[in-house]
Amino acid sequence: MRVEEIFRVERGRILATLIRLLGDFDMAEEALQDAFAAALAQWPTAGTPANPVAWLIGTARHAATDRLRRRSVFARKQAEIARHLELLAEEDDTPLPEDRLRLIFTCCHPALAREAQVALTLRTLGGLSTEEIARAFLVPASTMAQRLVRAKKKIHAARIPYEVPADDAPGERLVAVMMVVYLVFNEGYLASSGEHPMRRELCEHAIGLGRLLVELMPSQTEPKALLAVMLLHDSRREARFDASSDLVLLDEQDRSRWDHAQIDERTALAEAALRESHGTPGPYALQAAIAAVHAAAPTAAATDWAQIAALYALLARTHPSPVVELNRAVAVAMSGDIERGLALIDDVDRRGNLADYHLLPAARAELLCRQGRHAEAVEWYRRALALVSNESERRHLSKRLRDVVSSSAGG
Amino acid sequence: MRYMLLIYQNEKIREGMSDQERAAIFKEYGEFTQSIRQSGALLAGDPLQPTSTATTVRGKNGRPITTDGPFAETKEQLGGYYMVEAKNLDEAIAMAARIPSVRLGGSIEVRPIMEIGPPPK
Repeated sequence: MRVEEIFRVERGRILATLIRLLGDFDMAEEALQDAFAAALAQWPTAGTPANPVAWLIGTARHAATDRLRRRSVFARKQAEIARHLELLAEEDDTPLPEDRLRLIFTCCHPALAREAQVALTLRTLGGLSTEEIARAFLVPASTMAQRLVRAKKKIHAARIPYEVPADDAPGERLVAVMMVVYLVFNEGYLASSGEHPMRRELCEHAIGLGRLLVELMPSQTEPKALLAVMLLHDSRREARFDASSDLVLLDEQDRSRWDHAQIDERTALAEAALRESHGTPGPYALQAAIAAVHAAAPTAAATDWAQIAALYALLARTHPSPVVELNRAVAVAMSGDIERGLALIDDVDRRGNLADYHLLPAARAELLCRQGRHAEAVEWYRRALALVSNESERRHLSKRLRDVVSSSAGG
Repeated sequence: MRYMLLIYQNEKIREGMSDQERAAIFKEYGEFTQSIRQSGALLAGDPLQPTSTATTVRGKNGRPITTDGPFAETKEQLGGYYMVEAKNLDEAIAMAARIPSVRLGGSIEVRPIMEIGPPPK
């Protein structure tokens, strides 16, 4: 494997272990950079070591030790440096499976703002650059850089512990972690910007983190449901884009390209999560159920939209959010009552929380189209186009707009 | 590591309490203080007199100006503090959550103390 390849695949795991060993985010990142620079210089001539991960961690550790020694000549913080050197001497280099779980609980600590939680998780575990995260969340790169610096400073200054909470009875900590994992998955499933509509590695990373949560917290049902949701969406990946990587919506997808063996297995996982939640399903159990209903339909027309609308209604009651309300509105419309669906979309729109969300005008345009109200549909497709940032989605919306314009000109 | 737990609460709630309720809160605080003293976490802690007794000294054009009242009119006022020793933020948060004012709708601001020079002890 080439150095770049290893960097891409193993970065999160190595960084998580280095943060444990060094007890400091910035120091770990610097040390990792040093180690990769050393690998780039040495591996092409000396050959790739038998265990590249262990080599990189060991090299990073030495680099950190050197940096600390050099710094101690000038620094006044002798005690802190002594503590780090002591830590370095004690621990061994083996990456532990809990390292990444520990890291994600630290990144998603409730003492950090939600935006900072997501940014830190994507930066450390997802390996995204500051610029990529900034684009994903529609903020200037300088703002995102500042957000990351501030978060890392707070982790250090307030001493946010690097550990999985021993006592998380209300589940507050786990909920924050799951939300971040799901945001990462969604960013990968439909990247919010750029040429590549899907970032496979982000989805894989989120799924990997989901599996980690299930494996290391076996008594919790919601991580299982979250994993089921992600895997059910993931089993449709082959059908979501056509040959020219244009987005194909659910109702137009070639269902024979879905991974049906995977779907059966995942549906069972979703059902288990629902069963274990004993009549009070959490948000992911409900979303898994919704994804399973979609997956069970042999054709788009055979989709049980009434069932999906009912599940969304339940989700909107227990875990209200504007996006859930929007999805519920679409499900209601698809189950036959387009008028009511449009009225529900109006309600969501009036509350104004989704003013920048391109899927609201897109959904409205789609439903207006189905009612033959082409002139209005054109207007809403244009608004959606003004908001969309993913290239593949943009092409899809442009195509829909052209179709509607030509059909309304013809009719 | 040392943390300040700054206790903010609407003073009016306290004013509206009966003597009995006030005595119960006082007792709860006594028990909480005792428990963190026994665990060795307590470094200092005191209730403060209400903001009606506060005086603010503010610099204006490089000169101190003294005025009546707290530095800012807020819905919740600083009513007391604890300085505690905790292993990390989670331990400090767990202590903050046990402060009786939380149960009464108050807020605890948890602030790490900036250590200057060699740490104490």
